[in-house]
Amino acid sequence: MSNFKSVLEQYHWDNQYSGIQQKTALDVEAALEAKQADLEDFKALISPKAKAYLEPMAQKSRLLTRNRFGNTMQMYAPLYLSNECQNICTYCGFSLTNKIPRRTLTDQEILKEATFLKNKGYQHILLVTGEANQTVGVNYLNNAIGLLQPHFANISMEVQPLDQEDYERLIPQGLYATLVYQETYHRETYKTHHPKGKKSNFDYRLETPDRLAKAGIHKIGIGALLGLEDWRTDSFFTALHLSYLQKTYWKTRYSISFPRLRPFSGGLHPKVEMTDADLLQLICAYRIVFEDVELSISTREQAQFRDQLAHLGITSMSAESKTNPGGYVVDPQSLEQFDISDERSTESIAQMLKNNGIEPVWKDWEQLL
Amino acid sequence: MNTELTIAGKTFQSRLLTGTGKFSSSTVMEEAILASESELVTVALKRVNLDNDQDSILQGLQHHHISLLPNTSGVRDAEEAIFAAQMAREALGTNWIKVEIHPDPKYLLPDPIETLKACEALVKLGFIVMPYIHADPVLCKRLEDVGAQCVMPLGAPIGTNKGLKTLDFLEIIIQQSKVPVIVDAGIGSPSHACWAMEIGADAVLVNTAIAVSKNPVEMAKAFKIAVEAGRMGYQAKLAKTTNTPQASSPLTKFLYE
Repeated sequence: MSNFKSVLEQYHWDNQYSGIQQKTALDVEAALEAKQADLEDFKALISPKAKAYLEPMAQKSRLLTRNRFGNTMQMYAPLYLSNECQNICTYCGFSLTNKIPRRTLTDQEILKEATFLKNKGYQHILLVTGEANQTVGVNYLNNAIGLLQPHFANISMEVQPLDQEDYERLIPQGLYATLVYQETYHRETYKTHHPKGKKSNFDYRLETPDRLAKAGIHKIGIGALLGLEDWRTDSFFTALHLSYLQKTYWKTRYSISFPRLRPFSGGLHPKVEMTDADLLQLICAYRIVFEDVELSISTREQAQFRDQLAHLGITSMSAESKTNPGGYVVDPQSLEQFDISDERSTESIAQMLKNNGIEPVWKDWEQLL
Repeated sequence: MNTELTIAGKTFQSRLLTGTGKFSSSTVMEEAILASESELVTVALKRVNLDNDQDSILQGLQHHHISLLPNTSGVRDAEEAIFAAQMAREALGTNWIKVEIHPDPKYLLPDPIETLKACEALVKLGFIVMPYIHADPVLCKRLEDVGAQCVMPLGAPIGTNKGLKTLDFLEIIIQQSKVPVIVDAGIGSPSHACWAMEIGADAVLVNTAIAVSKNPVEMAKAFKIAVEAGRMGYQAKLAKTTNTPQASSPLTKFLYE
């Protein structure tokens, strides 16, 4: 099979939804005991019945994480390059129809922001943009990566999906990883939330990890915007995607992120609300079924909750993030893409981790490789 | 009884190699490595700040009895491994290199084809090459042929703490090898380490089992003692295990009296 689209077509959303709902306590117990947990076990672990097993799930997740990743936490920071965007996404602050000042950082501005992050100790950065292919296309990204490459050990990006040949151009320039979230694997719901712009093409987005892997990238991050649809079913499809990718592109590393829609004034209300307990359940399920996968949590989540998650499966964390272009130094007042819940400084988060016996890891890659 | 380990003409009192990953802090790492009395400590090139002499991992290893063994963790093929080795030599001032080529990020199993290619090239470039490999006796001989200074077969998949799952093959490797055999990966408890030494391994490398234990310093000491005990047992020649009883007074002796 040459891409994930053909895999996805074999599954029906409603069947998976009811399959998860029908999982029994016995299924959950079997999943917790499984020597090699599989996707059916994953469904059991994210099912409503598994909520009663959250404690043993958390215990197992913690043990597996510590053994595999040690007492460490990879630290990274996002660097927003632009908020220009031609897409309409119902949930996003950068959506085309939002009347906000648009800004794309110049070379000098990029370096100013980079210097701030570097002085904070960051060696791993995540470049973020909206989707404006005229001004922030592959040429812009190529230039930005080239500018930053001498300053950071590891550069990732979370930008519009690109063609394979574009990735093939950016990887030798210093691009290590790309994050591309499907938002939802429910085709019709996807259409409702992405009515206009290049992003409305569900399949092009869906096949992005295939193109990235074929281009030879080191790491691919996937995920769903939790809350757009039933989070359980969307997470099953994310796990299916991950499982397909791991088997097909076995030399690539993978990470999962957990962006969660929170009910807040003026923003999109989640269709299915996901509680803290739900999110913890999901993180533990991933860890139990995919021992080696990196699990990442952003500053969307609240400080106290993040402190707990640091023990329970998460292996990568951002801190002190700004989600507006120029947000660190150049233009701190501009509008952010989403609300930050954990506003603590890098230093205080690093200290919190150390107090809990976790070593913050700033560098885990060598750009020259 | 001489228990020194010799690799590429350099002698070590300790037969326990350790690693620097997964510790809860650089202080704990340093204390545990000191407690292990390890003299050869591996460090992932990608984790250290090569342009910063204050790097916390390297700082913790600045003891006169400790030699650095940079490893190429993170590379996916021979070409990248060769490049990484050259970088390590330049930045860390050592021509010792632990070649780790595991393109599969899930089980981190070593690629034998790329490893052999890399070792052959690195030996020619003047490196002392220590390859991490599957417990494959033929590959060990091939590596020996191209000039590897030791072989480092795995006991079990790295980080699993499952012990000597590859025992039968390790025994063949040890029996055939002309270079030191260092059992790397999978050693999860002092008894595993002791066992590896009892079957004649020249040394073991332990990281995860020390770093993620509740008390890394005590665990490091336990491994030190286990490795010494295992070596001593090996040198004292273990009594054979057998399923048939060996009477101390033979029953048929009367025939010859």
